[in-house]
Amino acid sequence: MSGRSKKNYTTSLQKTLTGINGFDEITGGGIPSHRPTLICGDAGAGKTLFSIEFIVRGALEFREPGVILVFEEKAEDLSLNVASLGFNLKKLQKDGLLWIDHVHVDLSEIEETGLYDLDGLFIRLDHAIDSIGAKRVMLDTIENLFGSFENEAILRAELRRLFSWLKNKGVTAVITAERGHGMLTRHGLEEYVSDCVILLEHRVTNQISTRLLRVVKYRGSLHGTNEYPFLIDEDGISVLPVTSLLLKREVASQRVSCGIPSLDAMLGGKGFFRGSSILVSGTAGTGKTSIAAYFAEASCQRKERSLFFAFEESPQQIIRNMQSIKIDLKKYIDAGLLQIHSSRPTLYGLESHLVAIHKKVKKFKPRTVIIDPITNLTSVASISEVKSMLIRLIDFLQNEGITVLLTALVYDKDKSIQADEGISSIVDAWIQVRDLEGNGERNRGIYIMKSRGMSHSNQVREFVITNNGLELVDVYLGPDGILVGSARQAQELQEATGAEMRTYALSRKDRELERKKLVLEAKIASLNEEFESVRDELNKTFVEEELKKVIMEKNLKHLTQNRNSRNIENGKSNKK
Amino acid sequence: MKKQRVVNDLKNAAKPPPEYKLRLFVTGASPNSVRAITNIRNICDVYLKGRYELHIIDVYQDVALAQKEQLIALPLLIKKLPLPERKLIGDLSETEKVLKALEVDV
Repeated sequence: MSGRSKKNYTTSLQKTLTGINGFDEITGGGIPSHRPTLICGDAGAGKTLFSIEFIVRGALEFREPGVILVFEEKAEDLSLNVASLGFNLKKLQKDGLLWIDHVHVDLSEIEETGLYDLDGLFIRLDHAIDSIGAKRVMLDTIENLFGSFENEAILRAELRRLFSWLKNKGVTAVITAERGHGMLTRHGLEEYVSDCVILLEHRVTNQISTRLLRVVKYRGSLHGTNEYPFLIDEDGISVLPVTSLLLKREVASQRVSCGIPSLDAMLGGKGFFRGSSILVSGTAGTGKTSIAAYFAEASCQRKERSLFFAFEESPQQIIRNMQSIKIDLKKYIDAGLLQIHSSRPTLYGLESHLVAIHKKVKKFKPRTVIIDPITNLTSVASISEVKSMLIRLIDFLQNEGITVLLTALVYDKDKSIQADEGISSIVDAWIQVRDLEGNGERNRGIYIMKSRGMSHSNQVREFVITNNGLELVDVYLGPDGILVGSARQAQELQEATGAEMRTYALSRKDRELERKKLVLEAKIASLNEEFESVRDELNKTFVEEELKKVIMEKNLKHLTQNRNSRNIENGKSNKK
Repeated sequence: MKKQRVVNDLKNAAKPPPEYKLRLFVTGASPNSVRAITNIRNICDVYLKGRYELHIIDVYQDVALAQKEQLIALPLLIKKLPLPERKLIGDLSETEKVLKALEVDV
């Protein structure tokens, strides 16, 4: 049966895009064109939704009209059920892109009286396909026919005829079937539809359900055989390709600030590489979220979008708490630069978280992503599962060139163990915030455990959270080891006192010198004065004598004149 | 055979309303259809002479009918009267079953 009518399409397998998020990637282009594809799974696995999305996306995105043949739900119920996904089946029907036919199968009212065939179904399908020129067909769930006809041999022959008829008709068909015990389908439909079989599962582990999709068979095409988690939400189905760790991504040498200048300084002064992954680990209450908030703020200040996934706090809580250290995240949220998504880790399975993160990243296109904290994810899965999920996540983000900051909670008890969900080897930079206990107080020390590709400080800094934000303070390295907190402050105070004392002593000496100088200067002044007075004295006698001499001369002259006037005859002799 | 035919074997059927009102949906001249037509005619002739009205409808002539009438398996015989309505599928070769379903007293 596998060889039937396959020769019609010997050329390389044509594929039809489903338009379902991520599915076309894992199948390398969708499901095989002009062939039937079987979608099987348990009740509630998402078979009908998958098929409807295939039809509706085909109509909306590829303008390929589709026919829906439902055996279970009535057409109205179907429209109603998918309306929540934003699919308007009524409008599509009106636009001639969709044809819905509800095949009502009644179990009791039919009597079988001899040989028959399912020509009625063929005619209906043929009519529907020709009426709108359909390229896609969905049969949901054709197995229901098994309940209403006694003659299974006829039914099986007719189904086989139907599938080969669909092939010849050239439509790409999707057929859903319930999963059976030990078989893919309850009635062995996989025998007839052997080109492509997709299995949808709904697995519950630790009370948390994860939806999984697996391509069981895809004749003539390479396909991933992994189980791919998928998510059903308001946008329909999103399948997450499990990205392979090929390590071929492009790297950037650009650096981005982490928002804390002193931490940047420890990282060679420039911060992290763009597109790198950073792990911030630390015990409870060491300020991991604060570092993350700084990182987000720095990103927003660069006008780069940032996406914050919080597993512990609600957005409002984060905004309020960060206001206490002078970070106003609300401003950036309002500006559309920051989005905070909070969810409990137990909301859904690990893989679904990954899908959800994927989707939001694809939608928001951030340059930085923060996940706070990754350790909470262990409540829904084992550590090894968390690790594999994180590897895939980091891989995905780095391929997108997104810088990612993860925080990890380290439990106090096993401080020696580097509890980081084992991802420290795949992150590019690892910062640890650690409690430094002593002197009856708890202080925070920050180290850079590693930072690939850059020089970084090997020192422990004290990490202080103040009303004005985070600060890194050099710890005091003394003879008794490092001093932090109040001990450091005391030490600093002591040093400051010493310094003060020294300056005091210094100034006192200065003053003494000054005074001595003043005294000496005073002495010099008085000596000067003395000298002046001596000189004055000397000058005085000299002047007096001079004066006396002048006066005497004057007097002598006067006297001589007087004598001459009395003795005129002798006047000439006196003139000499 | 291919054309839609209304077969009314009873000459003066207009007088009393027929006791049995039957509709047979067939698909052209497919073997099952041909057999079904032959069989129902025989049954009518033998057991319901003068009491029936039979419409044979070729679905190929009006494909939209298939959806309207919820046709899946063909040939399909619908007993409209007497009530309750019954549906019979197949080539009507199992006469006993047919008679029982039609509630004909043999």
